[in-house]
Amino acid sequence: MRKTVNQKAWFLVLPVILLVAFSAVIPLMTVVNYSVQDTFGNNVFFEVGLEWFEEILHSERIHAALGRQALFTTIILLIEIPLGIFIALNMPKKGFWASASLILVALPLLVPWNVVGTIWQIFGRSDIGLLGHTLANLGIEYNYSQDVLSAWITIIVMDVWHWTSLVVLLCYAGLQSIPSAYYQAAKIDQASRWNVFRYIELPKMMGVLLIAFLLRFMDSFMIYTEPMVVTGGGPGNATTFLSIDLVKMAIGQFDLGPAAAFSLIYFLVILLVSWAFFTIITNIDKQEN
Amino acid sequence: MAKITLSNLAHSYIENPTKPEDYALRKIDHEWTDGEAYALLGPSGCGKSTLLNIISGILTPSEGKILFDEKDVTTETTANRNIAQVFQFPVVYDTMTVKENLEFPLKNRGASKEYIEKRVASIAKSIQVEDILNKKARGLTADAKQKISLGRGMVREDVNAILFDEPLTVIDPHMKWELRTQLKTLHKELGHTMIFVTHDQTEALTFADKVVVMNVGCVLQIGTPEELFKKPAHTFVGYFIGSPGMNFFDVELEGNIAKLDDKQIELNYSYEKTSKKIELGIRPEFVTLTNNSNDIKIEIDRVEDVAHHKIVRALLNGKKVNIIVPEDEKVTEDMTYISLDKDKINIYVDSWLVEGEKIS
Repeated sequence: MRKTVNQKAWFLVLPVILLVAFSAVIPLMTVVNYSVQDTFGNNVFFEVGLEWFEEILHSERIHAALGRQALFTTIILLIEIPLGIFIALNMPKKGFWASASLILVALPLLVPWNVVGTIWQIFGRSDIGLLGHTLANLGIEYNYSQDVLSAWITIIVMDVWHWTSLVVLLCYAGLQSIPSAYYQAAKIDQASRWNVFRYIELPKMMGVLLIAFLLRFMDSFMIYTEPMVVTGGGPGNATTFLSIDLVKMAIGQFDLGPAAAFSLIYFLVILLVSWAFFTIITNIDKQEN
Repeated sequence: MAKITLSNLAHSYIENPTKPEDYALRKIDHEWTDGEAYALLGPSGCGKSTLLNIISGILTPSEGKILFDEKDVTTETTANRNIAQVFQFPVVYDTMTVKENLEFPLKNRGASKEYIEKRVASIAKSIQVEDILNKKARGLTADAKQKISLGRGMVREDVNAILFDEPLTVIDPHMKWELRTQLKTLHKELGHTMIFVTHDQTEALTFADKVVVMNVGCVLQIGTPEELFKKPAHTFVGYFIGSPGMNFFDVELEGNIAKLDDKQIELNYSYEKTSKKIELGIRPEFVTLTNNSNDIKIEIDRVEDVAHHKIVRALLNGKKVNIIVPEDEKVTEDMTYISLDKDKINIYVDSWLVEGEKIS
């Protein structure tokens, strides 16, 4: 096919370029700007090169936050993905109960994030919260504001409650797209329930599962609001995840230079992992065709 | 392998069927002989898939019984019936290799390693997939996948029957022909009872020893391709089979004389008098175009040349008539009359074929 060359066509792309510039590129550039400068006040800045990046990369505090973050993301992925698959497999496939359970499952996704935090913050309090009070009456030591384990359990359970639904919905959609002939063929072949899952359901769900995994990875890696509302990063620094630490550094301490370098590294890590996932997904698609 | 008997079988998707129209499959009594190849032929929604699903055990019939040999399997599950089914769309296990796909049904039934090895090798040879045995199934073309689903069905030696639910729908035309030939060869080689559902008459007629023609839940005729061509038991069969289908004229009967408007046609058989609707059926192959004004007058609409013969589309008193003219015969403008081959005329009363008494 012959294509016409007309340089004026660039003007048609201009609106998009402007939009993207204002929404992403320019704010990002200010961050880049901060990350390579320092100031002693009076709005006088001077270049410091990559000093902040070096500092952040060698900072014990950031390493600790990254460790907590990785632990948190790993735990919730290990729970939410299998649990989501399990729930999707056991949901009714048609009729009234299919719609009913879909709505029930989708509900947590509709709750705003800070409300989720508030719900669990109150839910877990031992004076007025249903969960906290019940546990206290049962004689179980539970106090998310003072006990590290309690705080972690609360935040993980909260995230599982909030986000497993997403995995469930994606898996459910994947399962619904499997033609009934596959199940009939499996019956005829006398495949066991496990084999049906292993060779029919799981391969057919692989695409949506990767998307679920990617979304849950990104979201949990950037989690801020819910733990901030429930524990505020405490007790001590026990639930200070990367974004909480970043906000502390940027707004609490007003260390704009290191915070800018920190957020750029943070951004690159997420970009890298997302890119890796994207490559895997497209490769799987290629294999299929 | 087994003889399959359908005894007083009927199925309705409605709970308390009262009218015949409530049935997706009306009462049927039939025996499928062991080792024969059958085709279930009919338009969409005629109940052929319902019948197939009842045989395979996906559906439980609302009335009647189904027996494999003498054993009642009406309520048995698909797995216990020991049948194989090939679906409309290829069903393969994507993540397995071709070989693993073929091994799967045997492994699940706990066959020995040597047996599986031997059996898979022989099936791979008959469906000609030896060269792709170690490839993953997901990358294959539709017809290769369909071959594998077929192979998975045949890998068990003891299957009672192999059922095909329009298996060639997604296959390219040139591969269709090849697969069909292969199926036929495999049937001869292995001798399984095969039941093949299709709405394509060519497929049915070339594949099957016996064709079951169905329409709106009724089995209209079960017969060899030749019987369906020569003696269709119902006007629908005559119309559905053949290209173009049989011609039907409304006639009045008196003994062995059929009155078609003002023309009288002398028949070889004489028929009993009836007040029901009578139709005369004749295949386009046995209608001859003439210029003899003593014959039946028609109006020619158009002539289609389909290489090996011509199809003349005409009207007789406003009703459509098709005539097949051999390739080497000329159609001239004055040929606006037809004569009918007496020996090939069938008489239908209320759409069903009736046999008359031979005139001596």
